[in-house]
Amino acid sequence: MAKKPKASVLGPGLDKAATGIQGLDDLTDGGFPRGRTTLIVGTPGTGKTLMGVEFAIKGAAEYNEPAVIMAFEETGEELAANVRSLGYDLKKLAASKKLIVDHVKVERHEIEETGEYDLEGLFIRLDHSIKSIGAKRVVLDTLESLFAGLPNAGILRAELRRLFGWLKDKGMTSVITAEAGNGHLTREGLEEYVSDCVILLDHRMEDQVPTRRLRVLKYRGSSHGTNEYPFLITDRGICVMPVTSMSYADGPASRERVQTGIPRLDAMLGGKGYYRGSMVLVSGTAGTGKTSIAAKFVEAACARGERSIFLTFEESPGQVIRNMRSIGIDLGRWIKRGLLEFYAPRPTVYGLETHLVTMQRHVEDFDPRVVVIDPISNFTTVATTRDVRLMLMRFGTFLKNKGITALFTSLTPGGENLEFTTVAISSLADTWIFLRDIEIGGERNRGIYILKSRGMAHSNQIREFVLSPKGIDLLDVYLGPSGVLTGSARASREAEDRTQIRRQQQEIKRLEADVRRKRAEAEAQIAKLRGEMESDEIELRQKLTFAKNGLRAQGEERKTMAKSRKADGENAEKPAGRAQGPRRRV
Amino acid sequence: MPTKKKRSKQWELRLYVAGQTPKSLLAFANLKKLCEQHLAGEYRIEVVDLLEKPQLAKGDQIFAIPTLVRKLPTPIKKIIGDLSNTERVLVGLDIRVCS
Repeated sequence: MAKKPKASVLGPGLDKAATGIQGLDDLTDGGFPRGRTTLIVGTPGTGKTLMGVEFAIKGAAEYNEPAVIMAFEETGEELAANVRSLGYDLKKLAASKKLIVDHVKVERHEIEETGEYDLEGLFIRLDHSIKSIGAKRVVLDTLESLFAGLPNAGILRAELRRLFGWLKDKGMTSVITAEAGNGHLTREGLEEYVSDCVILLDHRMEDQVPTRRLRVLKYRGSSHGTNEYPFLITDRGICVMPVTSMSYADGPASRERVQTGIPRLDAMLGGKGYYRGSMVLVSGTAGTGKTSIAAKFVEAACARGERSIFLTFEESPGQVIRNMRSIGIDLGRWIKRGLLEFYAPRPTVYGLETHLVTMQRHVEDFDPRVVVIDPISNFTTVATTRDVRLMLMRFGTFLKNKGITALFTSLTPGGENLEFTTVAISSLADTWIFLRDIEIGGERNRGIYILKSRGMAHSNQIREFVLSPKGIDLLDVYLGPSGVLTGSARASREAEDRTQIRRQQQEIKRLEADVRRKRAEAEAQIAKLRGEMESDEIELRQKLTFAKNGLRAQGEERKTMAKSRKADGENAEKPAGRAQGPRRRV
Repeated sequence: MPTKKKRSKQWELRLYVAGQTPKSLLAFANLKKLCEQHLAGEYRIEVVDLLEKPQLAKGDQIFAIPTLVRKLPTPIKKIIGDLSNTERVLVGLDIRVCS
């Protein structure tokens, strides 16, 4: 439960005793100064006693530092009863010699002063208690009761000075509680004696919501948070929430991706979805489907077998479940399987700190991988924007440290600047999905785009976001010369486009037919010409053959005549034979 | 513990001190003198040194030294200081009603 106190950022310096009080050790960089005295100042009812007692109990139960509580106002039984509700058993601690509660009763009407005295009796009692259990811590609550009981303030002051010196000599890590005074820090000016560490507690109403705050006024020799920090008294003791002192999430950031539950949205986010352990902000105007995106993410997580918490500050769980069923998301079945937990407090029932603590409590108890807050903008009904921002920062860091993927939805009021979140937490978000209305042609349609997504390639497109009983679908919007078109305007444009395309297809067909026809024509002509050519050729060949035959007949005749004349003999034949050769080849 | 005597007026007084300090010695001397004067024969004084028995401080709710506790007659009364203001001691012990 209690962590080991972290090493000081200043390196080895002041030795500290961890208080074990949630958040306080972060603030004080390790706890109260060891071997010294810490003063806790506050008005009545701010939790001074509880802080002192918790310091003692944690020391005894968790840090093996037995403690003595000297209670001037409450009896041991009363104290035991008060801390029993925090789960601590004072009697058991006392029985195991870890803790002693010594009630010092100072009743004015029982006391008569008759001369010189000192408070040695108190020292002896304290010393006896310390020795009997080997105490390391001492809590004195509230020393000022002595001032009420003993009239001689002079003696008292001298003795208190001696007491604080004595505690220091004994090496006791001590806590003194004191009432806040008018004009002075404490009513009796105890701050004069205790100057190592002063914690101031305050309880005030802010917008009708009670808020407790803590401030480390002074811490000699140590760094500490200087702001006022809200704190709570819960059923597990005091819980301080140092928003600003928290560093960023420790450890390497996960490279693992988680699907959004909407495939097309995954595609827009580099094809893989959100980073595991990142903080996703879904903002948008009213009725744009923020809750649907959240529900889809939760459904996807549950389907992967991951536990999820759905914190709803606007609707009851039953209402969310019913509404999500209308777009085909069945959250009820995941609740039955124990994978999904709804937590739906009204924002106005608590102050911001209580919300933070109860949310953290739910997360710690349920141990989810995915947390949804729907919507964060409703917190502004109980606190200022700045406080809400700080609280979400704190919660976001808390979730990041646990590697939980967080999805916060935020309602954006309509108007000029839409890329603006009411609680101004956009800078905290790793991925910011923006939903908006697109008004065209008498219709409102939903548009979705990714404003930013750190560390991943993401789409710059606006898509139309359509909710139907089948679920969520992202459609390409029509990007034409007249801008982005959605809904039926887009549908009619698309119809026009289809007609256009059909027309073009017909044209193509016509042209193709033309081509075929032309070719056929041309081929027909070619065939005709070829026919003509062939008939010409035949005719010419006939003529040629005829001519050749004529020539041959002439030659034969000449031979016959020569034979008959017996004139030239062999010589007359040769030239005629040579001339005949090439002709035959034709 | 002094034993109770069967007398209507029996005074049981306990003086808490821490060692033999001048204040303690003075307180004891003052008490002795006062008792002899006003409660002769009707009182018992027990001196408790808290340095020896620190565990006894809690029972009587002792924080100042010296403290005189009137155990009897009831109710318990506490008188702190060295008892040098006799008048106040007598008032404190209800021996003399303040006029």
